[in-house]
Amino acid sequence: MSLISTLARLEAVESGRAQPMTTVLHRHLTDRPLVLVPLTTAGEAGAPLGALVGTDRDSPRLLAVSQPRDRDLRFAFLAELAEAVLPHIEAYEDVVEPTERNETDPETGKKVKVEVELCADAPQLIVPSRAGIDFVRLLGRSMRFRRTAEDDPDTPYPAPARVPLLGRWLTHYGERARVPGSSLLLATTDLLNRHWATGQSSLEDQHLGALLAWIAAPAGESGARAALRAELERDGEGQLLCPPAGPATDPAFDNRLLAPAIEKYDRARTSLAAAEDGLAADARLAELTAAERDIRALLAGIMRPTWDAVWRGLDLLKELPEGSRAEDRWTRDRWSFTGHRDRVRSGEPPQPRRDDAVTAAQKLASRETAQAQLEAQEALDDPLVLAGRRLAGEAFVGDVTGVVMAYSESKRPSPRPLVTVRTDERPHLGERTKVYRSLDGRPQTAEFVEYAAEPEDGDAPLLVLRITDRMGRSKEPAPGSVPEPGDRIAWTLFEHDQRGGPKLPDPEETPWTHGGPPGATAGQAERPDPVTAEDLL
Amino acid sequence: MTAVFDPGAQAARATDAILADTLSGTSRGIVVDSPPGAGKSTLVVRAALELAAAGHPLMVVAQTNAQVDDLVVRLAEKDPGLPVGRLHSNDSDPYDKVLDGLANVRKSAKASDLAGLDVVISTAAKWAHVKNVEPWGHAIVDEAYQMRSDALLAVAGLFERALFVGDPGQLDPFSIVGADQWAGLSYDPSASAVSTLLAHNPQLPQHRLPVSWRLPASAAPLVSDAFYPYTPFRSGTDHGDRRLSFGVASDGSAPDRVLDEAAESGWGLLELPARHTPRTDPEAVRAVALVVRRLLDRGGAATSERSPDPVPVTADRVAVGTAHRDQAAAVRAALAELGVTGVAVDTANRLQGREFDVTVVLHPLSGRPDATAFHLETGRLCVLASRHRHACIVVCRAGVAELLDEHPSTEPVQLGVMVKFPDGWEANHAVLAHLGEHRVRWEA
Repeated sequence: MSLISTLARLEAVESGRAQPMTTVLHRHLTDRPLVLVPLTTAGEAGAPLGALVGTDRDSPRLLAVSQPRDRDLRFAFLAELAEAVLPHIEAYEDVVEPTERNETDPETGKKVKVEVELCADAPQLIVPSRAGIDFVRLLGRSMRFRRTAEDDPDTPYPAPARVPLLGRWLTHYGERARVPGSSLLLATTDLLNRHWATGQSSLEDQHLGALLAWIAAPAGESGARAALRAELERDGEGQLLCPPAGPATDPAFDNRLLAPAIEKYDRARTSLAAAEDGLAADARLAELTAAERDIRALLAGIMRPTWDAVWRGLDLLKELPEGSRAEDRWTRDRWSFTGHRDRVRSGEPPQPRRDDAVTAAQKLASRETAQAQLEAQEALDDPLVLAGRRLAGEAFVGDVTGVVMAYSESKRPSPRPLVTVRTDERPHLGERTKVYRSLDGRPQTAEFVEYAAEPEDGDAPLLVLRITDRMGRSKEPAPGSVPEPGDRIAWTLFEHDQRGGPKLPDPEETPWTHGGPPGATAGQAERPDPVTAEDLL
Repeated sequence: MTAVFDPGAQAARATDAILADTLSGTSRGIVVDSPPGAGKSTLVVRAALELAAAGHPLMVVAQTNAQVDDLVVRLAEKDPGLPVGRLHSNDSDPYDKVLDGLANVRKSAKASDLAGLDVVISTAAKWAHVKNVEPWGHAIVDEAYQMRSDALLAVAGLFERALFVGDPGQLDPFSIVGADQWAGLSYDPSASAVSTLLAHNPQLPQHRLPVSWRLPASAAPLVSDAFYPYTPFRSGTDHGDRRLSFGVASDGSAPDRVLDEAAESGWGLLELPARHTPRTDPEAVRAVALVVRRLLDRGGAATSERSPDPVPVTADRVAVGTAHRDQAAAVRAALAELGVTGVAVDTANRLQGREFDVTVVLHPLSGRPDATAFHLETGRLCVLASRHRHACIVVCRAGVAELLDEHPSTEPVQLGVMVKFPDGWEANHAVLAHLGEHRVRWEA
């Protein structure tokens, strides 16, 4: 934990209110996010119990599974989820803008500009918590290899038509959520924790209700008290007033409310199956419907507080103006969305179960680049984030007190002005440490030369920096490219832009150290899940 | 009756076996594990020279520019006539200026300019950008345990067979983003190059250098037991071969007493009163600086097998090791205040591969309220405790043993991932127990 977040947490404890960690919003939030609040069945991995989903905060669509162990009902749930989510995704697929992309011409090997489509906006998916993101990934994994009757007429238990497609999209969203700074799939707790520091532990910060209690505590009550209530307070029947944000449910709810309701449903179903005549069947069907309605009401009741909390969190976040570089990162999310749209349209198979060596290395490299870029961009967008970096000695703000013109020692001397900066901060500078400042939105590099003259007691130390680039090609630096005395400038010790890594070999060229090309030893391309004994209970 | 142990002969046997495999073996890779200071660089230089002499041009992959420059200089020292290529980046000052004085070293940012030279050396990062060249028949990969699997993936196409040399006990490579999703895959890109290599090629011959020439007889058993329990090594020198003495007698202060203890036994623990502190604990930082100051003031002199006469322990023969960069910065500032210059102060990551006469270490767990995986990492402590030829002084708050007991390792066990032995918890306890015998308490 950085020093500034420790300080912010201490302040939060003292004041009883969460403290802002930023002055702007560092993730892009669209006007029409699709909110998904999923629930899972206790003790049954990957068995959805229910969900609230939708873009309208006042009328979420309720999906419920009355008997989570019934695979037909589970498929029905997934089909309904596809019906709720896919139209929202598809609405963005055809709103495109033309743009250009650099591609390598396979014949000449030269870089050429190609006209391509870029989706003008992308559908955003919001879940309550980080566990929700994992659940989205799990749902994606459980669906994308399913076969529909159309894929294979002989498949014994065909999946509903659109379920595999939903699986591919959820897989894509789940994978994209691992890229630092991406906003396609976001967890509300992550968003809030990025922008506020509470006075509780980071583990407690994963509780959406407690987190909101710190950030927006009721008047007259401290955040700590409100958070404690959110975590513990129960009604007369022993049910939590602020149910967990899921996908896991509270055991008290499972035992006292859900289990009896499901039992009632099971009994109704058995007796309906045993009905001997139409009249009896009618009555028993009514019982079954009533049991089903009860379960839906129960699930709606415990999901609704979370649903409302997600929207309240989004309201709080939207009060912040968006950081200027967040848009840039959102554009990359749009590329990611467009890219997956194209892969689906061109009939590519679902994402493989495991990445091959080259893909894994590529993903890791691009995420590391994204992480470094995110950290730099947040600091450049936001003085409060920059303050944290200054406190850590990774940046400093100083007043320019003097500029001495100097030139490099080469055949064509180029300007290397020496700039003296007064700062009372303590950056971790060593000989020739590079520092950067933003000049018209682009980074200018300087290197640390020395500390000028011992500072008098009480006086801030003077640093000498040598500017090394972005001054134009001529002997005299371009106007405005050299700081002037009196300028107050923020310098960072971290780079503003990230260079991309080296190009890796194609997967077919995977070297012997990494097991050779994929598929050489194992089977060919990934196939759908084989049918196992467990599939036919 | 046991035979007299001859470290020189044993090390020579190991080296000969490695060179035989390299020059005439049939496998595509050879892995050499080397404990701290076991002559890894010497081996790399020798293997390169012998391969070149046998008419096999080769490429050498190291991890940092400093390592590359160091290898180039060593090669030129051994064989000034050998044509060596130093492939470097396009940044300003891409290589050490010393190389400009070497007649047969050609430097370029383009691999094509260096084609045909006997040995071409660069960093893994630079090699990864080399494309469209005829692959080399041989390669040497130095510090292979600190190289990430994805870095090896990027360069492995450049050579047909390779000698991988490294120290398995030092810090594992790391990534700044989570890589759990690939944990357990044989080619996990965040794992070390050697673990991927061996996972896919388990039949490769593996050798081990058995003797540490750097660590004194007082340190080798502890480092070997604590960090290399299944691959023990010993020191090349014996008790009494090395001596550390001071021209000025102790003034009775805690820093002086811990210096005397370390000169006598090779280890010293300067224990400050227990306290939870910020990372840059001002008292501990000042204690570190004072110990260094007194070490230099008292005219330390080191006697070793290298020369019959005592050699003064000057600032460049002393290092301070920390876990975090801000701690290193704080120690530098404290040293500057005491007027000490020229002492290397750095984090464990940056001290890897370096050697000093005396090291002063700020214990990674000193003053902490918790013991995270970062601070428990075996390699971190191993690097810090194995940089010295004569003595190592650890500065630490009391209470680390209790802290360890309150924080057993709780890292999740991932399927398919080799569990590292010993774990950091165990190694920390082992080192601490040993240091406890050389404790000097700081009195206020």
